[in-house]
Amino acid sequence: MAKIGVFVCQCGNNIARTVDTADVAKDASEQSGVVFVEDYKFMCSAPGQEAFKKAIRDHDLDGCIVSACSPKMHEATFRNAAEAAGLNPFKVEIANIREQCSWVHNDKEIGTAKSKDLTRMMIQRVKYNRPLERYRMTMTKRALILGGGIAGIQAALDLANAGTPVTIVEKEPSLGGNMARLSETFPTLDCSQCILTPKMVEVQNHPLITIRAFAELEKLDGYIGNFKATIRQKAKSVIDKDCTGCGDCWEKCPFTVESEFDMNLIKRKVIYIPFPQAVPTVPVIDRANCPKFLKDKCGICADVCGPDCIDFTQEDEIIEEEFGAVIVATGFELMPNVYKEYGGSSMPQHLIPKKMNKKQRAAQPRSTSGRLPDVINGLEFERLASASGPTGGEIRRPSDGKKPKTVVFIACVGSRDASKGVEYCSKICCMYTAKHTMLYNHSVDDGKAYVFYMDIRAGGKGYEEFINRAQDEGAEYIRGRVSALRKKGDKILVKGADTLQGCAVEIEADMVVLATAMVPQADAIDFAKTLGISYDKHGFYSEQHPKLMPVDSSTGGIYLAGACQGVKDVPETVAQASAAASKVMQLFSKEELMREPEVAIVDKEHCMNCWDCVTVCPYLAISPEEVKDRNGNVVKMVANVNPGLCQGCGLCNTVCRSKSIELQGYTDQQVYAQITAFEGAFV
Amino acid sequence: MSKGIVRHDFEPKIMGFVCKWCTYSGADLAGTSRMDYSPHVRMVRLPCSGRIDPQFVIKAFEQGADGVIISGCHPGDCHYNEGNYYARRRNLAFRNLMEFNGIDIKRLEFSWISAAEAIKFTQIIDKFTNQVRDLGPNEGYRALLDPYASRLVKSSEESAA
Repeated sequence: MAKIGVFVCQCGNNIARTVDTADVAKDASEQSGVVFVEDYKFMCSAPGQEAFKKAIRDHDLDGCIVSACSPKMHEATFRNAAEAAGLNPFKVEIANIREQCSWVHNDKEIGTAKSKDLTRMMIQRVKYNRPLERYRMTMTKRALILGGGIAGIQAALDLANAGTPVTIVEKEPSLGGNMARLSETFPTLDCSQCILTPKMVEVQNHPLITIRAFAELEKLDGYIGNFKATIRQKAKSVIDKDCTGCGDCWEKCPFTVESEFDMNLIKRKVIYIPFPQAVPTVPVIDRANCPKFLKDKCGICADVCGPDCIDFTQEDEIIEEEFGAVIVATGFELMPNVYKEYGGSSMPQHLIPKKMNKKQRAAQPRSTSGRLPDVINGLEFERLASASGPTGGEIRRPSDGKKPKTVVFIACVGSRDASKGVEYCSKICCMYTAKHTMLYNHSVDDGKAYVFYMDIRAGGKGYEEFINRAQDEGAEYIRGRVSALRKKGDKILVKGADTLQGCAVEIEADMVVLATAMVPQADAIDFAKTLGISYDKHGFYSEQHPKLMPVDSSTGGIYLAGACQGVKDVPETVAQASAAASKVMQLFSKEELMREPEVAIVDKEHCMNCWDCVTVCPYLAISPEEVKDRNGNVVKMVANVNPGLCQGCGLCNTVCRSKSIELQGYTDQQVYAQITAFEGAFV
Repeated sequence: MSKGIVRHDFEPKIMGFVCKWCTYSGADLAGTSRMDYSPHVRMVRLPCSGRIDPQFVIKAFEQGADGVIISGCHPGDCHYNEGNYYARRRNLAFRNLMEFNGIDIKRLEFSWISAAEAIKFTQIIDKFTNQVRDLGPNEGYRALLDPYASRLVKSSEESAA
């Protein structure tokens, strides 16, 4: 006979307000097998847990139900408490009467009836819970970092300095990401490259960090502690280990194409490093544009290369490596200008394919090549203002290279616009627009900067002061939206509204800078599917808990850092990267990994080797096994589960014809028991 | 004592089989956000919608459920990569079987609700509850259980008379 204890929590008034907990406890006490009930104010409090442990010991309970909040909150708490009291932790179940009852129904009669039902269902279920033991597993104490922007760099350095070997995979030829594009950073106006490039060099020189630039993650298998990554090292056409980064090849290369790093504002060579401080300083050949690959002509780079490290026959290399944890730091990009009134294409956001090939991407409207060449976005302005940029730090407009005397900055382009853009606030635009006005005013003495804004959002250390400083330095802030940009001679006529003065405004500008919204990388959703992590409707990766687990992804062992998780400025990105690194250190600090025992097991007597389970298993965790008699003859073949690979989805359990494979913790018996107790009583 | 919830002549009994990664979390989010929804549903937490055996549904109907709701992660979002695809196929085949057996397939709801879709969760529960309430008690299934039982009872009554 089972000896079950039922503990009903009042959760202060959270549950007690809509559920008569005493009545629930009384009803539970009448169920067969229940020998102890308690109705307590806060079961999760220290005295509550002590009472829980004491009841287990005193009444020698072999199963416990805690009718309280969601199992996501306190299942672990009570299972640990049970373990401390000598009861197998998997004999404890939670009936969710707070999130799924008291908080969503405001009728005490109905709430009580539902709580009784939910508790009864769990009482029946727990009778069939088996005592389970956690599995101990080894792990590979190496971390994989996806993305070599500031988030990836910070996480890699933190981990490597703590003694963990790290591999960074970056799809571009160099580390640096979007931060390397910035000229100066708010609110201190220190030069972005001056603070970033020393870190890049530190990464390069660190003995524990391996950089895989110009590489992409193709596949990620495995689970926390034991991931297996398949990385495609794209052919650089240059032999890494021999290259000295002397630069002879890209100086002599006669062919040029638009530079992605410089936002297509300038040309780069076909064999190139994205920017002078690139790390690693190994050039790559852009095969899509190189005449050697297109028509088998040229080959100058190979002729001039001293160490003879140009290899036109190099092929993509597939590397398989094992890791214990993954940090995703894939960053952001700017929303394309979809506003016809701002010189872009009017293609609605939702029609733009999420994943674009190179051709489609090239066909995307770009403000610099659109109808109005002097309408640019924030990152393009950063390149214009950057000392290492196409104009050497002088602000000159893209169309004719003149110094613009009047510049209009438009904030919230795409942000906070549910109809055509994105609903959220991109958070950094107010600040970088203020920074842009300052950079502009410092560069062009007699220039005039206008800012059209909706609201100024400057929540941050020194941020509000920075906005005030921008205004003091001559930027004119106009509260209102811009309705149209028209070409007028070699100028742009900006038509807008000033909602504070209640009048229409027209400004003849030499250049217009749009603060377009920050969006996830175009292939963010496909990449999330490769990794098996969840994402929100915009394509930002979801954290496990918005407040308390901001760096854990939905999958164990995969952590998030930076703007791939949501819009962020540099300090926040760095903070999150360090947090993700510390999570990995926490994981690696233990000798072994404990795994939950909720995996499938096979009843070898009844297995009739149909192999349906082998077919459905998404993790290839089930394989045929021979059963031999005492003479060593194979009697039959049965399925065998590798508990290290099994993730506990239960697909095998459902398809098994003879019901001889079952998922521990969610067995058929348990579920049927739960259903049998279902009464669905309304009051 | 009772306020807010209107009583009807018939209150349906609804059983839910849901995936713990998406719908169960979505229901938790509805709770954390203090959304109101119909109190008829009792949910069974399972690791994946692919774990839902059609026999669970039959068992629930047998147990007196007037409606059963199955919900999992959106296609492509399964925590186990492909479990929800099996659930979807199984549902298609199973619906046909239910219809063949004379059970109104409006009593079986299949939906995708992610962990973030608390509002969708409450809407689906409310809509389905109303739908089942309109259908009335699931007497068709009870008659199916043992087609001779009612006749036997009747004849014994007759003989007593």
